[in-house]
Amino acid sequence: MKKFLRGLLLVVILIVCLAIWSFLPWYGAVAAAVILALWLVLTRAGRRTLSVTGVGLATLPSRWGASSVIVIGIAGVVGVLVALLAMGEGLSATLRGTGNDATAIVLRAGSKAEANSVLMHSQVVLIGQTAGVARDAQGHPMASPELLLAASLPKKSGQDANVSVRGVGSAAWAVRPEMKMVAGREFTPGTLELDVGKGVAAQFAGMTVGSTVQLANQRWKVVGVFDSGDAFNSEIWADRDTIAPIYHRGASSSSVTVKLTSPAALNQFKAALAADPQLKVDAETTHKYFADQSGGINKLIHVLGTVIATIMGIGAVFGALNSMYAAVATRSREIATLRAVGFRGTPVVVSVLLETMLLALSGGVLGAFVAWALFGHFTASTTAGGGFSFTQMVFQFRVTPQLVWNGLKWALAIGFIGGLFPAVRAARLPVTAALREL
Amino acid sequence: MKYFHLVWAALMRRKTRTIFTVVSVLAAFLLFGMLDSVRTAFADAGNRVSGASQLITMNKLGLGSQLPLSMQSQIERVPGVQAVTHIDWFGGIYQDPKNFFPNMAVGSNIFAVTRDVTLPPEQLQAFQTTQDGAVVGAALAKKFGWKIGDKIPLEATIWPKKDGSNTWTFTLVGIFHANKAGDVNAESQMLFRWKYFDEARQFGKGSVGWYQEQIASPDQAERIARAIDAISANSDHETKTETANAFASSFISQFANISLIVSGIMAAVFFTLLLLTGNTMAQAVRERIPELAVLKTIGFSNRSVLSLVLAEAVFLVVIGGVLGMLLAMAVVGGLKAKMGNTLPMANVAGSIWGEAIVLMLVIGVIVGVLPALRGMRLKIVDALAGR
Repeated sequence: MKKFLRGLLLVVILIVCLAIWSFLPWYGAVAAAVILALWLVLTRAGRRTLSVTGVGLATLPSRWGASSVIVIGIAGVVGVLVALLAMGEGLSATLRGTGNDATAIVLRAGSKAEANSVLMHSQVVLIGQTAGVARDAQGHPMASPELLLAASLPKKSGQDANVSVRGVGSAAWAVRPEMKMVAGREFTPGTLELDVGKGVAAQFAGMTVGSTVQLANQRWKVVGVFDSGDAFNSEIWADRDTIAPIYHRGASSSSVTVKLTSPAALNQFKAALAADPQLKVDAETTHKYFADQSGGINKLIHVLGTVIATIMGIGAVFGALNSMYAAVATRSREIATLRAVGFRGTPVVVSVLLETMLLALSGGVLGAFVAWALFGHFTASTTAGGGFSFTQMVFQFRVTPQLVWNGLKWALAIGFIGGLFPAVRAARLPVTAALREL
Repeated sequence: MKYFHLVWAALMRRKTRTIFTVVSVLAAFLLFGMLDSVRTAFADAGNRVSGASQLITMNKLGLGSQLPLSMQSQIERVPGVQAVTHIDWFGGIYQDPKNFFPNMAVGSNIFAVTRDVTLPPEQLQAFQTTQDGAVVGAALAKKFGWKIGDKIPLEATIWPKKDGSNTWTFTLVGIFHANKAGDVNAESQMLFRWKYFDEARQFGKGSVGWYQEQIASPDQAERIARAIDAISANSDHETKTETANAFASSFISQFANISLIVSGIMAAVFFTLLLLTGNTMAQAVRERIPELAVLKTIGFSNRSVLSLVLAEAVFLVVIGGVLGMLLAMAVVGGLKAKMGNTLPMANVAGSIWGEAIVLMLVIGVIVGVLPALRGMRLKIVDALAGR
């Protein structure tokens, strides 16, 4: 009964520690590490712990097989977790980083996504003249009617994939000053010329400046590559008035992106749109529009990553338990000797825990490093963006410091669980029995 | 088999270690079962028996571009085509975007073309005669508690009505069931009459999203597809025709390389597992050297000692593996029952179990072989003397 209660107490302590740990920010962990280091160096018990830990670490090479189980097991968990979350982070960062609060996007009411939206020419003109829209030096409204289309083009892997093609006029560049040409020039209106985003250039075949692309039965010339650092990098831009007739879209547009006189003018702009009976449209800042498109998939990847890491983590915990119980068993005489000459339980418990967590930490660092080395600069693409065009979104995996820290937290937690029980067993070894054992 | 108690005794020698190792193996195979269920679900979508004899004809410019209705009768005349229908993606939202399910405007002969589902004859009759009639799959009807006669409002995202409003209301006249048990995807759609849709919509009149054809034999798919594409060659609405399977496969591969992600994760998991169980087995044999020597002394051959240790390793992995797969079965079953149609997971059965068993045996042999060789090669005198 007493043994059972003690076990129960241990589990409760463990759960409390893990709960605190999971919410601990990095500076909290640094503070805890500093306190631990001070205790180790400044107090008598601490110095004893340090010397016991030193002995434990010195014997590590003789049990490299069992130790590597801990290191590799935890490296696997952290590597997979960091890689999966880096994928979600990269995708959502691309969408969250698109748009700003100074421009607004207008879609047909209820359409939710650009690819679903159709605005007639008369509506486009009215939207440009609405209150709240900024005007350029010549007094023209800064409103960019855009037609979002899709084309099936071969990727570098040889497979065909859908890519967004945006038909734009000159206002498109004006409302997005962040667009930079990294090669070539902007297309000339009225010609079969294209500018491609950096992501498209990276993922699709034959997208270099000067090459020709077969699009809707016409041969188009790529004259430039642009980099906006966001979702537009996954698009091909062409002259709206040239491409619309080829796609039988007449004078219609998908959306109008307008520059607001100020971010605060959004409400005025929305109210003015709502007041016009000829317009049935929704308006939102471009920032909010793109952020909304990212919600689902990032959440899905996050849940998936956590579930997979948890299951792998359970496997790793039991692997660590096995190894540390074996380590304690082989060192039982040595530990019993320490106890016999007057060492108390605490140094023994802490030293076994420290040893496990050091192994776990090196596993975590290894896993995070492998994830970073393999995926740190990895570019991928997926079907994203709302609506019924199912075009590709090119994004880069992002192994952020936050993700690495998250992975290390997992590693240390697994090490803590895997070390705690063997540590307590080591401290409670009956001294006489352990000394007699050969 | 007669030495089974020896293997069992060896495993029970250190119960804690055996249990911990079994739990680690269990975790690995639980993950394998679940991930492979996802991979299989995606692979199956592009590998249906019915999908090989169905063709999909869409605008070469992409799914967002329409085709003229006049092509229907031209496609019907292509030799080898048994039935043709046309479909428009409606993309309507029922109450909340989270309630997503496919809803489409279809030709009234849709049930002559699709072979995945069956609608009772009297409901089919009602579907063909009710102007605003709609039919839904059984899984969907169950999810939202719909009964025949219910009015179902959908909020349009692509197609507004003539008066500019987005609310379309349909009358439920039938509930169809999948022909293949457990085919939740086929039962999670809503179909309604294209004629009603075309008359009420604001723009795009007389155009359709894509055509779907049932053909006589999968062997002729290639020829028929080319014949259909020839109809519109050099027109302003050229088409691209492929089998339903090819269409689904390419759609999924554009979403993500599922099988690559799954293999990547599983490679990491099984590499760790090899190391872990390998270490356990090495420890177990190291401790038992004298015992193995005794076995040899009383007449066990080298080969029997080898197979005893191998059997122990395989058995250890198989216990954990089978438990893990059973757990995966329960988890996937539970998730499917709770989440329904949106979950791309196949039941853990047949082929997944087959792969798992092979993996268990292979891993068992790999982790067992070195310790087993050590046991086989030991010299009785040295081992008994503890050298």
